[in-house]
Amino acid sequence: MAHEDIDKVTGVATTGHEWDGIKELNNPLPRWWLWVFYATIVFAVGYVFVYPAVPLVTSYSKGLLGYSQRASALDETAAGQAARAEVGKGLANASLEEIKNDPKMLEFAMAQGRAAFGDNCAPCHGSGATGSKGYPNLQDDDWLWGGTLADIEQTITVGVRSTSPDTRMNDMPRFGADGLLDAKQVRNVAGYVLSLSGSSVKGADVEAGKQIFVENCTSCHGEDAKGIQELGAPNLTDKVWLYGGDEESVIYTVTHAHRGVMPTWGGKLDPVTIKSLAIYVHDLGGGT
Amino acid sequence: MSLEETAYAVFLGLLFLYCVLAAGKALDPVFAFHATIGAIASAAGIFLIVRSFIDRDGRAEPEEINGKPNYNLGPVKFASIAAMFWGIAGFTVGIWIALELAYPALNLGLPWTTFGRLRPLHTSAVIFAFGGNVLLATSFYVVQRTSRARMPGLVTPWFVILGYNVFIVIAGTGYLLGVGQGKEYAEPEWYADLWLTIVWVAYLLVFLATLWKRKEPHIYVANWFYLAFIVTIAMLHLVNNAAVPVSIFGSKSYVVWSGVQDAMVQWWYGHNAVGFFLTAGFLAIMYYFVPKRANRPVYSYRLSIIHFWALIFLYIWAGPHHLHYTALPEWASTLGMVFSVMLWMPSWGGMINGLMTLSGAWDKLRTDPVLRLLVVSVAFYGMSTFEGPLMSVKAVNSLSHYTDWTIGHVHSGALGWVGYVSFGALYCLVPWVYGKRDVYSLKLVDWHFWISTLGIVLYITSMWVSGIMQGLMWRAYTELGFLQYSFVETVEAMHPYYVIRALGGILFLTGAVIMAVNLYLTIRHGEAEKPAADVALAPAE
Repeated sequence: MAHEDIDKVTGVATTGHEWDGIKELNNPLPRWWLWVFYATIVFAVGYVFVYPAVPLVTSYSKGLLGYSQRASALDETAAGQAARAEVGKGLANASLEEIKNDPKMLEFAMAQGRAAFGDNCAPCHGSGATGSKGYPNLQDDDWLWGGTLADIEQTITVGVRSTSPDTRMNDMPRFGADGLLDAKQVRNVAGYVLSLSGSSVKGADVEAGKQIFVENCTSCHGEDAKGIQELGAPNLTDKVWLYGGDEESVIYTVTHAHRGVMPTWGGKLDPVTIKSLAIYVHDLGGGT
Repeated sequence: MSLEETAYAVFLGLLFLYCVLAAGKALDPVFAFHATIGAIASAAGIFLIVRSFIDRDGRAEPEEINGKPNYNLGPVKFASIAAMFWGIAGFTVGIWIALELAYPALNLGLPWTTFGRLRPLHTSAVIFAFGGNVLLATSFYVVQRTSRARMPGLVTPWFVILGYNVFIVIAGTGYLLGVGQGKEYAEPEWYADLWLTIVWVAYLLVFLATLWKRKEPHIYVANWFYLAFIVTIAMLHLVNNAAVPVSIFGSKSYVVWSGVQDAMVQWWYGHNAVGFFLTAGFLAIMYYFVPKRANRPVYSYRLSIIHFWALIFLYIWAGPHHLHYTALPEWASTLGMVFSVMLWMPSWGGMINGLMTLSGAWDKLRTDPVLRLLVVSVAFYGMSTFEGPLMSVKAVNSLSHYTDWTIGHVHSGALGWVGYVSFGALYCLVPWVYGKRDVYSLKLVDWHFWISTLGIVLYITSMWVSGIMQGLMWRAYTELGFLQYSFVETVEAMHPYYVIRALGGILFLTGAVIMAVNLYLTIRHGEAEKPAADVALAPAE
C-alpha cells in the first residue's frame, strides 16, 4: 500500500478503507483463537473415525469403536431388566397374598407400584392418591368395586366402563333427565339420601323420599343404602362423595347420573406391574 | 407513473381481485378472514402508490442533495417503530405463557389463549416481528450509509417493509385462530409463506441493487452478513415450507416432507433460522453499530473475513444436533455434533471483533449505556455460542434435551444477544434517522439496562437450575431399579423456577417499555442535531 494509515490509539495499521466513518484495523488472527479452531477440527475428524459418521451407499461407517447408540440403549435396558429379574420373576409366579407376606417381594412390589402409579394413575387420582371430584380417593377405606387385593387387581386390569370386554360396568338411570322422577320427587329422594349421613335438603319431604328410594334405588344401593360392591354401587350413608355431597350436587347426580370412566390397564401394563400396583394401592387404603 | 409504480399497482390490483374472490369462495372462516385482510392491504397499497405519485407531482426523488446522498429513511423509520411495537407485544405474550406454565388456570379454558396457540405467537412475534423489523430497519440504513448510495425504488422498499408486516399480521392472527402447519418457527400456512417469498425476493433485490450502486470500492463486512442472512433465509424458507394446499381457497395444506426426513428438514431450517436470522443478521448489526457508537475502527479485518466464511460454511450442517437419540440415523447425528463443535471458534470470531473494537474506548462503557448494551450483547453472544456447541455434544445432550436448560440457552441468546444488540442499535438509529443529537435520556437507557439485565439473569439462572434438575430427576433410579420420580413430580418441582422465570420476563418487558417511552420522547422532543457537524469527517483521534 502506498501510504499506511496508522490508528493512533493502538499503533496498528488500518486496511486503508473507510465506510461511513468506520475503518478496519489490520490485526492478525488471535493465535489462541486459531489454535483452538484447529483443535476443534482435529477433534471433529478424530470423532468421525471413532464413531458412526459417514453415509455410504447402503449403510454408513460404523467407527473404530463399533459403538451404536441403539445397541447401547438396548444393553442398558437389558441390564436394568436383569437387575430386576430375580425378584421380579418371583412376583410373576406368586399370588398377591404371597407377595404381601414376603418382605423382599413386598418391598419390590411397593417400589414398582409407586413408580407405576406416578406415571399412570396420578394424572387422575392425584400424585398423593387422594383423588378429586369424579376421581376416587384411594387413601380412604371406601371402595366402589371392592377393596381386597383381588378386587383392586381386577379393577386395574379391566377398568370401569372401559373398552375391555370384561370391564366393570354399571349404569345408574338419569332419573330426572329421563323423566323417571319429577323435580319434586328428585328433591325428596335427595333429601332422604342426605338424611342418612346427617344432612338435609331444603323443602324435601324425607318420608316421601324414603318411599321413592325403596321403589327405585335399593336394587343397586341396597335396602340399607350401604351400597353393593359387586355392582359398584356406592355406600350412601357415609360422608364420602365422589361427585359432591352438598344439596345441589346430589340433586344433580339423581337427575343426570354420572358415568365416570377408568381405562383398562391389562395389555398396557404387564401382569407383574399390575400386581405391584394392586399391592401399592391396597397398601394406601385397602380393605380385607 | 413510472414503470415500477405501474407494475406494483397492477400486481396489487390482481392480488386484490384474487383476495375478494377467495374471501367469497373460502372453504374455512380463517381463510376468508385472511383474504379480507389481503384485499384491504392491497387496496391500501394501490391508494398509497397513487397518493405518493400525486404528492411528488411525478418527479423522481433526487439521488443527492448538496453533494450528499439523499438516503431513503422513511422505511427505516417505519420498521424501527414497528420493531418496538412488536417487541413489546411479543415480550408480553412471552410473560403470559411463562405464567401459564406456572399457573395453568391462565389458559382461561379458551382455545385462543391456550399455551399451544400463544407459544408460536410469542416465538414468531419476538423472532420475526421484532427481530425481523430490526433487521429490515438496520439493513436498509446500513447498506445505504456504507455504500454511500440511496437505495433504489420508489415503491419497492416500502413494499418490503409493509408487505413483511402484513405477513406478521396474517401469521399471528392465524396462530390465534388455530391455523398452522405445525412446523416450529415456520407455523404459517402456505399462502402466508408464498406472500413472504414475494416480499423476500423484493428485499433481496433492493439490497443487491443498493450494493450495485455503491460509491465505495469495497463491500463493508456488515453487508456480507446481511446478504448471507437474506439469501440463506430464502433457501431455508422455500425448502422447509414446501407444501401442497388442499385448495387455493382454503387454509389447510400438507407439507411434502414426512417422517424422519421431515424432522431433519425442520431442524435444518430451525437451526439455521438461529444461525442466519438470529446470528448472521445480528452480527451485521454489531459490525456497524459497535464501531460507530464506540467511534473506533473494527479490530481485525482478517478475523472478520475468516470467521465470516467459517461461520457460513459450518452453520448449515449443525441442524441434526436437535435430533440426537431419535429416529435420525446415527451418522447424521454425529455430523451435526462435530460441525457444532467446530462452529465454536468461528462464532467467537464475531465476539472478539466486537469486544476488541473497544480497545482504546473502554472508558466509554462507564458513561454511555447504549454502548454498554451493545457490548454486553456481544458478551451474551459469546456465552451462548459456547453453550451451544457444549449442548450439541451427545453425552451432554442426553441430559439437557427436552429440559428447560434448552429454554434457558435460547433465552440467553435471545434476550442477551439479539435483544440487547437490537436495543443498542435502535437507541442509535432512531436519533440518527430523526435528525436528533442523541436519545432523549441516557439516564433512562441506564435504567433500562440494569432492570433488564436483572431480568435476564433471573431468567437464565432459573432455567439452568430447573433444566438440570429436571434432567437429573428423569434419569434417577431407585436401588431396586425403578424410576425414582414420576413425571408429575418433576413438574411439581419446576413450579418455583417457572415463577422466577416469569418475574425475569416481567423485568425484561419493563425495560422495553422504558425504552419505548424514551424513543417516543426522542422523536417528539429530542434535541435536534447541529447541522454543522459533518458526520463524514468524524474520525478525530
